[in-house]
Amino acid sequence: MVDVDLSLVNWSRAQFALTAMYHWIFVPLTLGLSFLLAMFESIYVRTGDEKWKALTKFWMTLFAINFAIGVATGIILEFQFGTNWSNYSWMVGDIFGAPLAIEGIFAFFLEATFFAVMFFGWNRVSKGFHLFSTWMVAVGSSLSAVWILVANAWMQHPVGMAFNPETARFEMENFWAVLFSPIAMSKFTHATSSGFLLASLFVVTISSWYLLKGRHVEMAKRSIVVASVFGLLASVYVGFTGDEAAFENAQKQPMKLAAFEGLYKGEQGAGLVAAGIMNGDKKPGDSQAPFLFEVKLPGLLSLLANRESGSFVPGIDDLVYGNSEQNVMGVVDKMKMGRLAVADLADFKQARLEKNENGASDALTRFNINKEFLGYGYLNTPEEAVPPVSTVFYSFHIMVILGGFFPVLFLAYLFYTLKGRIGEVRWLLPIGVSSYFLGLVAQQTGWVVAEVGRQPWAIQGLLPVKVATTNLAVGNVQATFFMFLGLFTLLLIAEIKIMLKQISIGPEGI
Amino acid sequence: MSQPFTTIYTFYRDGFRSMTVGRTLWKIIFIKLFIMFVVLKLFFFPNFLKTNFQTDAQRADHVLDQIIRPAVQN
Repeated sequence: MVDVDLSLVNWSRAQFALTAMYHWIFVPLTLGLSFLLAMFESIYVRTGDEKWKALTKFWMTLFAINFAIGVATGIILEFQFGTNWSNYSWMVGDIFGAPLAIEGIFAFFLEATFFAVMFFGWNRVSKGFHLFSTWMVAVGSSLSAVWILVANAWMQHPVGMAFNPETARFEMENFWAVLFSPIAMSKFTHATSSGFLLASLFVVTISSWYLLKGRHVEMAKRSIVVASVFGLLASVYVGFTGDEAAFENAQKQPMKLAAFEGLYKGEQGAGLVAAGIMNGDKKPGDSQAPFLFEVKLPGLLSLLANRESGSFVPGIDDLVYGNSEQNVMGVVDKMKMGRLAVADLADFKQARLEKNENGASDALTRFNINKEFLGYGYLNTPEEAVPPVSTVFYSFHIMVILGGFFPVLFLAYLFYTLKGRIGEVRWLLPIGVSSYFLGLVAQQTGWVVAEVGRQPWAIQGLLPVKVATTNLAVGNVQATFFMFLGLFTLLLIAEIKIMLKQISIGPEGI
Repeated sequence: MSQPFTTIYTFYRDGFRSMTVGRTLWKIIFIKLFIMFVVLKLFFFPNFLKTNFQTDAQRADHVLDQIIRPAVQN
């Protein structure tokens, strides 16, 4: 049993979620808009048409505003690691140190060189070198995102490491296994491509507003062509990478996949819920129906999860209580082994304290047998291993429905652009104006799916969030939560005001 | 200063001088960095293990105590 103040854990969670979700408003737009800038400028360099240059400079100003407001907010997460999550940050320091240091150094050199040329270098360096710098900002921003996503992926699927009971740290054994973990790869491709999609929606939103107002019409039409093609390709790719991410979840984090779908009883030929209303009273192991209403597509979940339509997909009850017929080990059994691992670790420490080397060696041998279940030893009940199912289910379905809507929107924009009527389609433009905000909803629900879906784990199966926290006074965490809320609200207001002012000024000369 | 360094210095100097929206953005960045590193980091977010323990061995010992707590409590 672990006696911790759950309100402390939940306030620490809330503070981290607030910071990460705020940070995630800016990052995907930076990733995607940098590529659109490079495309706009490539057209300028190829055609020599000064209107493309003015257009590029306009979007570059909005990119700068987004970047300036978002930059460094991620560092607050690192402060929180040291203060609120000291056990966790000590334990993972060896794994995270390398990727985060590479990210920091990479980002610094990228920003000090190519960012400067991109913003200061118009008419001062050659067109070719300026374009090269803009592409380097785009490629470099995405590469810089690799490292933080690798670190996050490691928490969801810890590979390439060994736990050292002497130092209480996970130590890296295979850097390449960490870097090329399948979860890291699917996270990187899904997160970056969703950034490309969001940036395309951003351009469509502002351009549609100009078309509705009858201002900067030529620039808006040119921007829409590029953004719609890029957005369409990105949204299709997001679908593929999302499918790959769900497949990896099914293999490595089956509880998370079960929560996506509100699947309590495992099935062969499991159906995918297209839409549904969950029964809020449903608990693991009870006999209540999980849904008040649902529309299911037969066999599709099995196909997505295992690439076989008749295959078995374990549900929450199977994963909690076990299913011997399907060879699924339950949390109940894992908790027994986890408790042995924790007890063996305690014996190891005691033996070391007493300078009993044989005792320490025996305890270590026993610990190694059950160490992969270490985290389950901290759970008080098997049901604690289940994430908040309704939150994950609705977030997942909102994200997927929006993900299905965006390619249709881009197709409609391309269709009317080809017909030469995009400025006249009055029913479509207001939808376009709202599309960036829908994109933000998809981004944020995606974060909820990934991070709430893996609860209660800080490190999957090895360290629950409640053991990762520092034992602080709840009041301190509450106070800093509201300080962040105030700071982030002010920064967001500043961004919106500066952004709206620049949009209202518009590009020069088009 | 040698020629390349002078060129680079002039490039950055002129770039900063010719900023318009950029001036406001830099002000926001500096205010934000001040709040983060001088106010938040110093007064609200000390590194718990670095502040409370002198050596890595003590830090490891503390974390180990935290993660074996359930066994000790039982």
